[in-house]
Amino acid sequence: MVDHAASVVSSSIEEETTGSGDSPLRLALHRLRHNKIALFFGVIFLLVVIVCLLAPVYANDIAHTGPDANHISEVINLNGKPTPVVSTIGLPIGPTYHSKFFFGADQNGRDIAVRLLYGGRNSLAIGFMATIVTMIGALLFGVTAGFFRGWTDTILSRLLDLIWAYPALLLAAALGVSLAVGGVNLGFAHLSGSSIFIPSMVIGVVYIPYVARPIRGEVLTLREREFVDAARILGYNRARIIFSEILPNLSASILPVFFALQVAQSIVLEAALSFLGAGVQPPSASWGTMLSDGSELISVSPHLVLVPGIMLIIAALSVNVFGDGLRQAFDPRSSRH
Amino acid sequence: MYLLIFALKRLAAAIVVLFAVSVLTFLIFFAIPNGNPALRLAGRTATPADIHNVEVAYGFNKPIYVQYVRTMKQIFTGQIQSYTQHLSVFSQIKRGLPATLSVAIGAAIVWMLIGIALGVIGALRAGKATDVAVSTVSFLGISSPSFVVGFILLDLFVYKTHIFPQVGYVPITKDPVSWFTHMILPWFSMAFLYIGIYAQVLRSSVLDAMTTDAVRTARAKGLSPTKVMIKHVLRVSLIPIVSLWGLDFAGALAGTTLVIEVVFNLQGVGQYAYQAIGALDVPPILVITILGAFFVVLMNAIVDILYAVLDPRIRAGKG
Repeated sequence: MVDHAASVVSSSIEEETTGSGDSPLRLALHRLRHNKIALFFGVIFLLVVIVCLLAPVYANDIAHTGPDANHISEVINLNGKPTPVVSTIGLPIGPTYHSKFFFGADQNGRDIAVRLLYGGRNSLAIGFMATIVTMIGALLFGVTAGFFRGWTDTILSRLLDLIWAYPALLLAAALGVSLAVGGVNLGFAHLSGSSIFIPSMVIGVVYIPYVARPIRGEVLTLREREFVDAARILGYNRARIIFSEILPNLSASILPVFFALQVAQSIVLEAALSFLGAGVQPPSASWGTMLSDGSELISVSPHLVLVPGIMLIIAALSVNVFGDGLRQAFDPRSSRH
Repeated sequence: MYLLIFALKRLAAAIVVLFAVSVLTFLIFFAIPNGNPALRLAGRTATPADIHNVEVAYGFNKPIYVQYVRTMKQIFTGQIQSYTQHLSVFSQIKRGLPATLSVAIGAAIVWMLIGIALGVIGALRAGKATDVAVSTVSFLGISSPSFVVGFILLDLFVYKTHIFPQVGYVPITKDPVSWFTHMILPWFSMAFLYIGIYAQVLRSSVLDAMTTDAVRTARAKGLSPTKVMIKHVLRVSLIPIVSLWGLDFAGALAGTTLVIEVVFNLQGVGQYAYQAIGALDVPPILVITILGAFFVVLMNAIVDILYAVLDPRIRAGKG
């Protein structure tokens, strides 16, 4: 499998060596401030997050309904005409662009706009949690393999190759099904099969090799740098070198870039996984489950899939472009021709 | 001779990975799930004796390595059956394969051809505007799940404008024209992810190739621009694309078909997997996951060997 999103981000990002006292992080932030396109999309993503966080406000004060409330037998007044929320042949009302049923209703008479925001909370939460799982796993694997090299590296790299052998969606679906059946026992807590932690973990694990490989490569070059030599001469032990030299350098170069990228990747995979029934389980909603529910009626009520589908694309696109801006900020020399 | 040794080494490594894949996939389905699988299979009203019978019939009471050997035997002899309807998994897969191959091969051709065309145009007209266009397409590609692209295309071209026929699969042997018109939208939904990225990769490698000495010499000796493009530039810059293509094709065939077949109701192997996921029917998902990963691993090995054939430096480095 080739990770294309990562190919948008260059794999080796070197920090800039300048004579001035400015840290690479400050230089990067300075460059990011001048990238208008990246900032614009960053703001869009932020807006998506804020709007989804405000879901209860929208539900209570504007739409006056909840994400799971059925209005299947109700009739609303639309432009002076009484209109049933769900018609007698089962067709839900389309977008009204009024406070109630702004984006229309679904087959069960539930308000799509309200569900979109509540579902977005789950989709975004899964995107962030999966990314945290990926980053922690990738740092553990990548830093250990790159720093200790030798047999450690060989064994860890082979393990990652094994995960890499599966197409991401196929492995995620397999794990999602197997975990959704009986939930997960973590020893201290039991996750039920319908918990959103399960798809988060599954997606996070599936993407570990895609991030661990570039981190390993980066650590391989970092450990040969002068400041690591200096730390060795000062008698620092390995743990101290990793925590005070290697990790700070990674977090001011490739980590933020991969974080943004993985949030987008995880949101996209969540949708596909939930669409297949191996992700978010009912009654929880997410953009993926809304797409799955709406797919039955796409020929007559396209808003059921277009609304969550386009929202999902806006979220993933904005964080992807922002992530690319981060890449350019941390690595000004890697222009893409 | 070196090439043969390299190929054999690479295949041996692939076989080790295949074994590991089979163990890991087996563990995903037989070690990870909580609870007794016999309870689910025996149904809601089962007595303890019923559950015991199911345990014995499926071998759930045996040690896990015995279950592994037993399951692999069933897979490699083609006898494995689904839990729900007790149908042969392999005959179901065989039935779905023409649809799955149609959609994956066609999509791979579409993204390759359009990607090359856009990449070459982008390189010939290098500048801000084409750069923005190509990267817009690739950002949209990596940000849109292919099944959402499928829904949007369906809505625009089937339900709103009736340009293309209703969803479904028509075998190519039955009606080639109808097969083609039913396949266009699935192909483009699947190819959308890759078109922009391929254009981007090709564009930069064409730009690199155009500055090499070989190309300068070819121009100097008076070759026409078209000939220089085809004989010198494209020949070099297609190599990275070809290896990428092999791996992406494997990933698309074994991954993206799952969602695309469901959207377009193509009744292929992916849709079979989808139905099995819905019914929590383990054997079909197990077999399809193993076959999918096998295909990716073998494609990886083939691409590496082909690469060594094309580029002797790799042989020297690895073999």
